[in-house]
Amino acid sequence: MNKRKNASLLGKRYLGCGNEKGTIEVHETPGNALGAYLDGGRIRVFCNAQDATGDTMNAGEILIHGSVGDAAGYAMRGGAIYVQGDTGYRCGIHMKEYQDKKPVIVVGGCCGSFLGEYQAGGVILVLGIGAEDRPPVGNFCAAGMHGGIIYLRTEHLPADLPGQITAKRAGREELTKIAPLVRRFCREFGEEEEALLSSCYYALTPNTRNPYRQLYVNN
Amino acid sequence: MLREGIDGVRIPSGCAVSAIFSKNGHRRSGENIIRSIALMHERSNGLGGGFAAYGIYPEYKNLYALHLFYEGKKAKEACEEFLNEHFDVVNLSKIPTRKVPSIKDEPLIWRYFVEPLHTKLSESQLDEETFVSRCVIRVNSEIDGAYIFSSGKNMGVFKAVGYPEDVGEFYRLEDYKGYCWTAHGRYPTNTPGWWGGAHPFSLLDRSVVHNGEISSYDANRRTIEMYGYRCNLLTDTEVITYIIDYLNRRKGLSYEETASVIAAPFWSAIERESEEERRRLTYLRSAFSGMLITGPFSIIVGFTGGIMALNDRLKLRSMVVGEKGEDVYIASEESAIRLIEPELDKVWAPKGGEPVLYYLKDPEMV
Repeated sequence: MNKRKNASLLGKRYLGCGNEKGTIEVHETPGNALGAYLDGGRIRVFCNAQDATGDTMNAGEILIHGSVGDAAGYAMRGGAIYVQGDTGYRCGIHMKEYQDKKPVIVVGGCCGSFLGEYQAGGVILVLGIGAEDRPPVGNFCAAGMHGGIIYLRTEHLPADLPGQITAKRAGREELTKIAPLVRRFCREFGEEEEALLSSCYYALTPNTRNPYRQLYVNN
Repeated sequence: MLREGIDGVRIPSGCAVSAIFSKNGHRRSGENIIRSIALMHERSNGLGGGFAAYGIYPEYKNLYALHLFYEGKKAKEACEEFLNEHFDVVNLSKIPTRKVPSIKDEPLIWRYFVEPLHTKLSESQLDEETFVSRCVIRVNSEIDGAYIFSSGKNMGVFKAVGYPEDVGEFYRLEDYKGYCWTAHGRYPTNTPGWWGGAHPFSLLDRSVVHNGEISSYDANRRTIEMYGYRCNLLTDTEVITYIIDYLNRRKGLSYEETASVIAAPFWSAIERESEEERRRLTYLRSAFSGMLITGPFSIIVGFTGGIMALNDRLKLRSMVVGEKGEDVYIASEESAIRLIEPELDKVWAPKGGEPVLYYLKDPEMV
């Protein structure tokens, strides 16, 4: 594997943009659009990342040993982003999936407002570690969501979930889907897998196949 | 100088802001703030850069420091006549600059340390700050080719058309020492860049640097012009400066309350608050409804003895705050803070509509 260690990437934009293979390690706060259009490579960040991380990424993995700014995984359509800490606003908005392309975002801490806004596909998992007494997301979570799924590890659902979203406690079937994501998270960041997996999870999904049908003209 | 709004040029947006504030009043040169804003070079396009610095004129701290752009000698003569009629001019000079290849077509740039003439002031029956602010508005709207772009005590704004790092070099900011610096790199979106349209925008000692664009601009302009302000620089940020001056100085609102007016929470969010908080927020939203600022913004407000950072309520622009000992750093990007202070005690992104305020521990120290 082509493993490269970079020492002075502070504030540099578009790192790893469109990479198809290889691993990049980042040790100083990278600039915006880290791993945009990533297409199979791996990026490991040992500090915080900024805005638009993994913008429209297609495949590969971004692993952030820290927190990330706004709009992480914006319009993502494949691959995975793992964040040890928190995300800013608008994480995973406009995410989509097609056939075998199913993007994944896993967040160890909490997310800002507008998590999964207009989400059309893919999986977002928020573990909310350290925030067990409150919702692990900000306002307007899942606003306009019409596909995909959001899992929240919490017993406190956000107060303002939109009407077209169904929040259901995750059963055995969902937990088997969550387990490999939690395992990958724990392997990377060293958390306790058993403790996380034995918690209460909620699954948020749009409650019809096309909840916005009434907004469009039938033709 | 080119006036905004004449050409219909439109370019994609992405300004940069940065600030350094020392809670214990430690005064530092402009070198670090220039490095910080320069790291975000790609967020600007060379059509505007500027800085505000507080605590830089201790030897004249009881006088208003007026910084002026003149389009020519005629504007200067007309303006100086006005200034001499209304103020005792204690000191005047050109603002020192150095030649920088990328900074072109500079106007005449002058600085005056003044106090209002006692006879004029008592005749006006206004308090001193209102008198000075009215004089500033009058010069900017009535004297052709003269712009007062800085008018506070013991502070100053330095701005130009160019990249911020070049603007800092042009104004020799390494020669000034302030306890607070704010900076802006401009990427004008709706109007062409010109010297008066660069940030910061200031009135008296309050200055604003802004990344974003105001959707409610004209509603805000019409509201604020009812109270004697004139939006004559034809760019959205100046209206924020006047709204803050009006709410904070004239109406006596705190900066937290001011934030609850300009970045008011949604009614749906207000409904979930406690009874007391709901009443407070409902009052502020209703009493000053024309001053709600919508659209994307992150702003840094400098004022004597303090600093405020604020995002729009939807947080459509980025803003990061870092702390190290007694020093505070605020910037559009975390990397612009890490460059000048790699080891921070704390770093976080404030929520939309959540003001972050810092004050000098002892306001008398500067």
